[in-house]
Amino acid sequence: MKTNLFYRRVAVIGAGLTLFKRRIVETPREMSWVAARKALDEAGLELKDIDCVVIGSAPDAFDGVHMKGEYLAHGSGGVRKMVSRVFVGGATGVMVPISAWYHVASGLCQSVLAVAEEKMSPARPHPQSVFRYIWDPITEKPLNPNLIWIFAMEMHRYMYVNKVKKEDIALVSVKNKRNAINNPYAQAPANITVDDVLKSEVLVWPVNLLDVSPVSDGAAAMVITSEDIARRYTDTPVWIEGVGWTLDNTEWTGRELAYPRYLEHAARMAYKMAGIERPNKELDVIEPYDPFDYKELHHIEGLMVAKRGEAVKMLKEGVFDMDGDIPSSPSGGLLGVGNPIAAAGLMKAISIYWQLKGTAGKMQVKKPVHTGLAQAWGDLMQASTVVVMRN
Amino acid sequence: MKVAIIGIGWYGFRPSVREASFREMMYEAAVRAYEDAGGINPRTDVDTFISCQEDFWEGISISDEFAPDPIGGAMRPTMTVSGDGLQGVVHGIMHITSGLADVTVVEAHAKPSDILTMDSITEFAYDPIYGRIKAKNPHFLAGLDAVKFMKKYNATREDLARVVVKNKGNGLKNPRASFASKLSISDVLSREYSVYPLSDLDISNYVDGAVVLVLASEDVARKFTDTPVWIEGAYFASDSSMEFSSLGDALYTKIAADSAYKMAKIHSPKNQFDSAFVDDTYSYKELQHVAALGLSEDPVRDLREGVFHIGGKIPVNPLGGHLATGRALEASGLSLVVDAVYFLREGSSKSVVSSWRGVPTFTGGVLVVSR
Repeated sequence: MKTNLFYRRVAVIGAGLTLFKRRIVETPREMSWVAARKALDEAGLELKDIDCVVIGSAPDAFDGVHMKGEYLAHGSGGVRKMVSRVFVGGATGVMVPISAWYHVASGLCQSVLAVAEEKMSPARPHPQSVFRYIWDPITEKPLNPNLIWIFAMEMHRYMYVNKVKKEDIALVSVKNKRNAINNPYAQAPANITVDDVLKSEVLVWPVNLLDVSPVSDGAAAMVITSEDIARRYTDTPVWIEGVGWTLDNTEWTGRELAYPRYLEHAARMAYKMAGIERPNKELDVIEPYDPFDYKELHHIEGLMVAKRGEAVKMLKEGVFDMDGDIPSSPSGGLLGVGNPIAAAGLMKAISIYWQLKGTAGKMQVKKPVHTGLAQAWGDLMQASTVVVMRN
Repeated sequence: MKVAIIGIGWYGFRPSVREASFREMMYEAAVRAYEDAGGINPRTDVDTFISCQEDFWEGISISDEFAPDPIGGAMRPTMTVSGDGLQGVVHGIMHITSGLADVTVVEAHAKPSDILTMDSITEFAYDPIYGRIKAKNPHFLAGLDAVKFMKKYNATREDLARVVVKNKGNGLKNPRASFASKLSISDVLSREYSVYPLSDLDISNYVDGAVVLVLASEDVARKFTDTPVWIEGAYFASDSSMEFSSLGDALYTKIAADSAYKMAKIHSPKNQFDSAFVDDTYSYKELQHVAALGLSEDPVRDLREGVFHIGGKIPVNPLGGHLATGRALEASGLSLVVDAVYFLREGSSKSVVSSWRGVPTFTGGVLVVSR
């Protein structure tokens, strides 16, 4: 990996989100366009100014459409353009700006529309049933596992290895749902207590209902351009300075679940590009992926913002609060805003972009911010994507 | 922009590969590609990995989970492009020209023999609200497209049969061509229509197969091989969805070709290329793509005059194309690249490769490759 001196500068100049909610009436194509239009408006560009479109969406089975990239191309403004869909399972949301970054950094494109969409609620009886087909068809599928089942294993392992209590993990859910109250796009904002989380229904022990993000529909979009274009349209571009992603092997059953080593690799790749040596000192605001509350802590450790097993201590000290040293998930995260998988990942990158631009409104963190990070995670607990941005 | 193809490997290209799963096919193709690239070690010499696949064809949701292990991409930057292998190549080129990687691997595979309900899967690719018209014959859209093309270019059924005879004959020299044969025009014309104006011989058959390509930047390519094949221009584009695309012409190829040619400084394609590897999933598609690539103003006349035959001015699919080797789903584009690389290694100097994703899509890519 080379140092960032040689990379062409790539900027984010616009972003847009739809409301995140269950049972949105628009079709996936329409949702994509709603978000894309908002992003173009914020950037001050028209569709004719865009030369490439990158689409992200998690399993095809959610929309029940084969070749979902082809289907979404039309709604994402990709007509008669270079348009493709990138995919790394649940980590797709942050892979979309990463891919848009190299579209521009390579010089092949000048302005890219990065769009992510997910519509989970039409799945019957529940989106979990879509996940029945993510396993090895021969060795695992016959056991009919579901996702909460394996995440419960991971959560349990994380708690056991690091001696973390459930009530401490619940603080993440409390924090993120509270942060989401400031987010106009949020689906599940709430003022809850640790007690509420512990008393909510047990899905698969130790996962309770309020430990998990809700089922959501939604879309997100970003306009990502070369430096020339960015300077023409805005005085406050936000630069993408580091990207990284890693896939671990498929055999999740053979892995140490307590620590996401693939995330450490992805983060190291992004930090090296961005010239970050001490992430816990240099990152001002972070958006780690939090489909489950323990995942935020798990990821904060993988990002090397906290030492192994020490994220909980920092959480309790208030380091990750809105007015803390390193505000984490100021948008409200997936727990508060909702979890339309790929769109949720891109929402995290958009949250950092708005923080660095200073236009996050009531979500804006208290301290001045210059360097931010968004992260997503997915596949069979094996994929992570990281993007570092600066203003 | 100049990126080198330093290694290619393939496995399968038979109607049914029984001895290997899709993962094993990927592994076999990868081993061959790394060997072809001068014996590189993917764990240390490769910076990024790209796999091209689609969930519904794999029968696995989030199928990219299975991408890293067989190609050496575990714990490395590995990603999936849900598209044809040629789109993956363009992403690989961007990894290299952005400075992210020096060496990138692009993989695509297909296991259609595992798919019991191919026609239903195809139907799922239409818009769920107003696109799924429950056509019992998945080729109907190609039929409409073919009729419009034939009308525009005054092509007859004999002309389509000429393409079939040429390609299936050319395939006799290709070790991957399961469907190569020596046919006459009357053999083709005597078949019943699958959908007017196409018979089963006009439609390529599905095959199982995997292809792995190793790409390298200009600076490091020489370190690995003395015989790199250079990619001088690359682009892909989508027209639109079925409801809004123009039938009769391959507009996606035209858009992609315009950009790829600009990069490669191709001003007169019919004079600058000495061979072409274009998608011929259906016989008429070859002629349509040849027109969109600017290789001919009147592809029907040129076909009749032998311009596209071996020994002609621009041999088109001299190793048989999909009609002879079969259609390997997402590996189709890479299958054409493999043909092009072999042909260049044997003496051709500049080729164009053009892919299409098949019914019902309107996406295709174009590569300009040279020795």
